[in-house]
Amino acid sequence: MELNKLTIKEAHNGLVAKKFTSVELTEACLAEIKKLNKKLNVFITVTEYEALEQAKEVDKKIAAGAEIGILEGVPMAIKDNILVKDIRCTSGSKILENYIATYDATVVEKLRIAGAVILGKTNLDEFAMGASTETSHFGPTKNPHDLKRVPGGSSGGSAAAVAANMCIYALGSDTGGSVRQPASFCGVVGMKPTYGAVSRYGLMAMASSLDQIGPIAKTVEDAEIVFDVIRGKDEMDSTTVERVNKKENKQISIKGLKVGLPKEYFIGGMDDEVEKCVLDVVEKFRKAGAEIIDVSLPHAEYTLATYYIIVPAEVSANMARYDGVRYGYKTKKAKTLLDTYLKTRAEGFGDEVKRRIMLGTYALSAGYYDAYYLQAQRMRTLIRQDFLKVFKEVDCLVMPTSPTTAFKIGERIDDPLTMYLSDVFTVSANVAGLPAISVPVGEANKLPVGVQIMAPWFGEEKLFEISKLI
Amino acid sequence: MSTFVFTDFLLLLHNMKLTKQEVEHIATLARLELTEKEKEKFAEQLSAILGYFKELQKVDLSKVEPTAQVTGLENVTRPDEVKKCDEETMKKLVAAAPERIDNLVKVKAVFE
Repeated sequence: MELNKLTIKEAHNGLVAKKFTSVELTEACLAEIKKLNKKLNVFITVTEYEALEQAKEVDKKIAAGAEIGILEGVPMAIKDNILVKDIRCTSGSKILENYIATYDATVVEKLRIAGAVILGKTNLDEFAMGASTETSHFGPTKNPHDLKRVPGGSSGGSAAAVAANMCIYALGSDTGGSVRQPASFCGVVGMKPTYGAVSRYGLMAMASSLDQIGPIAKTVEDAEIVFDVIRGKDEMDSTTVERVNKKENKQISIKGLKVGLPKEYFIGGMDDEVEKCVLDVVEKFRKAGAEIIDVSLPHAEYTLATYYIIVPAEVSANMARYDGVRYGYKTKKAKTLLDTYLKTRAEGFGDEVKRRIMLGTYALSAGYYDAYYLQAQRMRTLIRQDFLKVFKEVDCLVMPTSPTTAFKIGERIDDPLTMYLSDVFTVSANVAGLPAISVPVGEANKLPVGVQIMAPWFGEEKLFEISKLI
Repeated sequence: MSTFVFTDFLLLLHNMKLTKQEVEHIATLARLELTEKEKEKFAEQLSAILGYFKELQKVDLSKVEPTAQVTGLENVTRPDEVKKCDEETMKKLVAAAPERIDNLVKVKAVFE
């Protein structure tokens, strides 16, 4: 039995039934990592020793007859911008190449309490900036479905790890689609929670008003299991919100479900085959009794521009801490303090990070703040209002996750603007703060296609129930 | 009114490609040293990206409130109490500094 191919539920049931041990499960994943990592470049750091120690602890518990939680003893991977104590955390950057985390992120703490086995840290676009995992200082990750293609980004390592069965599930982070788009490119499930549902403490900040940590898993059910463990208000993150709705455990019936198709997301620019996959899902919903309603998000055309002003602005502030003083890389060429900053950052950051820092600095600078940043924040209000209106008419929205399937490595890296356009369907969820999920729905040209579902704020339960119907 | 006109004027000015001087200015503010080649490359790339945002500037949003964050939360606080840091963590924090002497972080002179 190839234990690394199991889902969380299957792994848990197997452990409880004593069909195999957590150590065997972990060893199966580690073996797959040893087999594939050189070829796919998924893991930046593999924590073999720690993982086996964690697995042994769980096995002791099981042997003693104690009950175990659903995630207990199940091996997983974590994107390398989420801190795991005493383990190297690079954020895919030279500037943190040898940085060792001094504390656990809140989500990691929660996973430890839940008995998770942590296999290692996965590759990402540098500081989560990118849509292909090509900007990583540690080289690109390959898509397990086609080694010449990108796995998507920025959580490309996590998505590839799950798709290649190197782990049972993984964590990623999503600021503009970085969990959903790689999930879509790799044929796995990726979900971004409502902003405020999951703590960002211990996630290296990229754009603080949009970042969220989300699960990448083999099934919708598995994604939901992980979300339920990592969610919650956190004293260490003042932007987290207490769970609003009680878990209802209601079976959502597809009959009468109001499914919205935002017409602005179905105009040209999408691969025909990708569109077909998505419309097939819509047809499936319709045949099962759902009401398909065409809706409009009038400010959709401004969403990408709004995103690419707000994000770099917040990025420029969040990247200021990497200055060669308290941690990370430090230049050896400095003669003055200013030199330390100028040269450390010049030598330590990659091009995309520099581009976004400069864009943000520009947008926030005197004379331009009103025209760019303030304007974008105002547009953000209108974009939110569009969704508020729409969710009065429908229960959820359906659209593609990405306009294309996985593109070739090297195809877009020299044209930043084209790279940014791959986010066109995912950014709105971050701008508005909505929960959204990408679910695999077949292939186009032998490459995975994902359909994206969006639900109202804190509507994760509904989101998962609807996704299970796909 | 006058702020609006001024911004408008600036926009008009810079609807042209970003100059090398502008890139140098931004880079200095951002504490990034760039090579001559990088200045040219970034000037071009940034201009293209900024050009894409022109559409956003055409919309009249003067009566719309800006959104800084989407949770609606206000004034989330916790008591201002010192939580002692354990010895082990303190050592690790200092050990993370690229240059240090004993348990002090070393930097170039702040004031010359």
